[in-house]
Amino acid sequence: MENILLLVHTEADGSLAKSALESLQAAQALAGGLGGAGLSVGIVGEKIQDAANQIAGCGAAKFLGVEGAEFAQPRYASDAAAAEALCKAAQATVVIAPATSRWTRVLAGVAARLNGRVETHVTGLRAENCAVSVTRWYYRQRMEAVLSRAQRPWFLLVDPGSQPAWEGAAGTATVEPVAVSLPESSKRTTVTGLRAPSADAQTIRPDADLLFVTGAGWTKKQADGQTHVPEAEKIIFDFLKLTRASLGSSKSLVDLGGEGQAVISFLTHLNQIGQTGSTPRHPKGLSTCCHGEEPHAVGWRFIKERRAISLDANCGWARGKADVLYVADAFAVMAKVNELVAAK
Amino acid sequence: MSTAYQIVVCGSIVPDPLQTLEPVSSPAGPALKNEAMLPSVLDPWAGHALFEAANLAKNAPGSKVYLVSLAPKAKLQQVMMTLAQKVPFELIALDGSASGFTDAFETAGALADAILAIPGLDKSKLLVFGGWESASRCAGVTMQVIGEKLGIVDQFQGVDELKVNADGSLEILERIDGGKHQISTCAGAPALLGWATGNLPEPKNNPQVGMANMRVVMPALQKAKPAPVGAGGIDFASVALPKQLRETRIVKDAAPEEIAREIVEWISK
Repeated sequence: MENILLLVHTEADGSLAKSALESLQAAQALAGGLGGAGLSVGIVGEKIQDAANQIAGCGAAKFLGVEGAEFAQPRYASDAAAAEALCKAAQATVVIAPATSRWTRVLAGVAARLNGRVETHVTGLRAENCAVSVTRWYYRQRMEAVLSRAQRPWFLLVDPGSQPAWEGAAGTATVEPVAVSLPESSKRTTVTGLRAPSADAQTIRPDADLLFVTGAGWTKKQADGQTHVPEAEKIIFDFLKLTRASLGSSKSLVDLGGEGQAVISFLTHLNQIGQTGSTPRHPKGLSTCCHGEEPHAVGWRFIKERRAISLDANCGWARGKADVLYVADAFAVMAKVNELVAAK
Repeated sequence: MSTAYQIVVCGSIVPDPLQTLEPVSSPAGPALKNEAMLPSVLDPWAGHALFEAANLAKNAPGSKVYLVSLAPKAKLQQVMMTLAQKVPFELIALDGSASGFTDAFETAGALADAILAIPGLDKSKLLVFGGWESASRCAGVTMQVIGEKLGIVDQFQGVDELKVNADGSLEILERIDGGKHQISTCAGAPALLGWATGNLPEPKNNPQVGMANMRVVMPALQKAKPAPVGAGGIDFASVALPKQLRETRIVKDAAPEEIAREIVEWISK
């Protein structure tokens, strides 16, 4: 019989993020599918009671916690020690956690410490005949595998956005504290802060309804034989400001910056999607001036509704991969879109 | 900057991203169709790690860069012909599968053993670099496991910047959720950094660097130890390409105003 541990960490305000609730939903469903496998919750953070209360009604047999100022910030040494202690305390055979940057940094190492194994970027979990199997992608979202393992503990990092979020009643949870004493050798690293663009300049918005994908066409010569980079920049930025969409970019457009060419100034490698970037999840995606075949198009693999604007009716980025392809000049269309949205 | 580092970069090869990939079954588990024939490149994020390592070594006199690579040695040799012209490094080659379907723990074990066997390895000077994920397995597991096997608990993933402070401490920028970076200060080596893109462009080919590198690359390839990594612990039920093909409605010859109205209506739903 499996013993499932949901491993979550608190956010800066002491609450649990949506990705944690998604993993809880997955853990709950898996426990049910396995015919009543045990479900425990392990929480790490500076103060964890509010987080435990937030999911008090999830039906977990017990809540375990590692709490304290040393566990406030994401740091490999302290997070690994906390996760290791929780897994041991819960005697977990399957550990489910959201694939946040904090857990992604650390749980493979914890699996190694416990002589377990780990699967990351899990997009589906199944229980059949009392056995657990998971779905994940290989070769940058180009092929999908269903797999299982016998070795335990088995850590499963669930990709945010791939599961529905748990919705249930808050309450008052009784948390069993798990003591973790950090040696000095685990305190060599100090998190000193965050670097992020100002709210207006932040173009990566994981919770946005729309992903706006810009391709290299925005910086190429237009019908008049000239490039119009400042105009492109204004159109894109205005659109993002008006719609609060998240901005993605093809590799070629991001790479132009590294080569010293004039490009969209607010684009960085963090915006890059696709083969060597991210594969974000949004309900809708609108791509503009993107070109390329399957290898380039993986960036919007997980976008549900897709539309594209391109001058090439046969472009592999859009044909067969988008629901609608507008064969048109993105400069003209997006300028009009901005006018219409602003007028609303 | 006075610290001399031993910078060990872990990086393997992956199929050229422009190639069409198709999974097939083999006696050893899933594989790629015509895998042996597919042209390969250095794994992109491992490549960034190597270029960052070379840049750090250039600015920290006395430092040395090692590239530890597990791949079929014939294919590794092809990739080295180009890569060796980019930056100076000493290759430590392991002859084995670079398939994305192998178990990261087996790969990590082989790489960690190879690192520990480096003559004169001094952990107080050791920085282990690699890509934060490969473009094949895409798991982001191998580096952390190597770190654990080497006893390194100062680990960073999604690194975009490393600065060495005057006191020898390391200031590191890691990608975190929501398009932000976390800034950390680490007391110094040993540390493990899984690189994202970093800030450096790909170096131009330098024939002199290439000639110097190839003097050690070829012997390293010749004496590459077999590393029989596989997917022994994984039971693959299926590996398949996504079947999803959309019926694309193509809108031609419509005025920009008309298209704009349709798009606004769609995004407002």
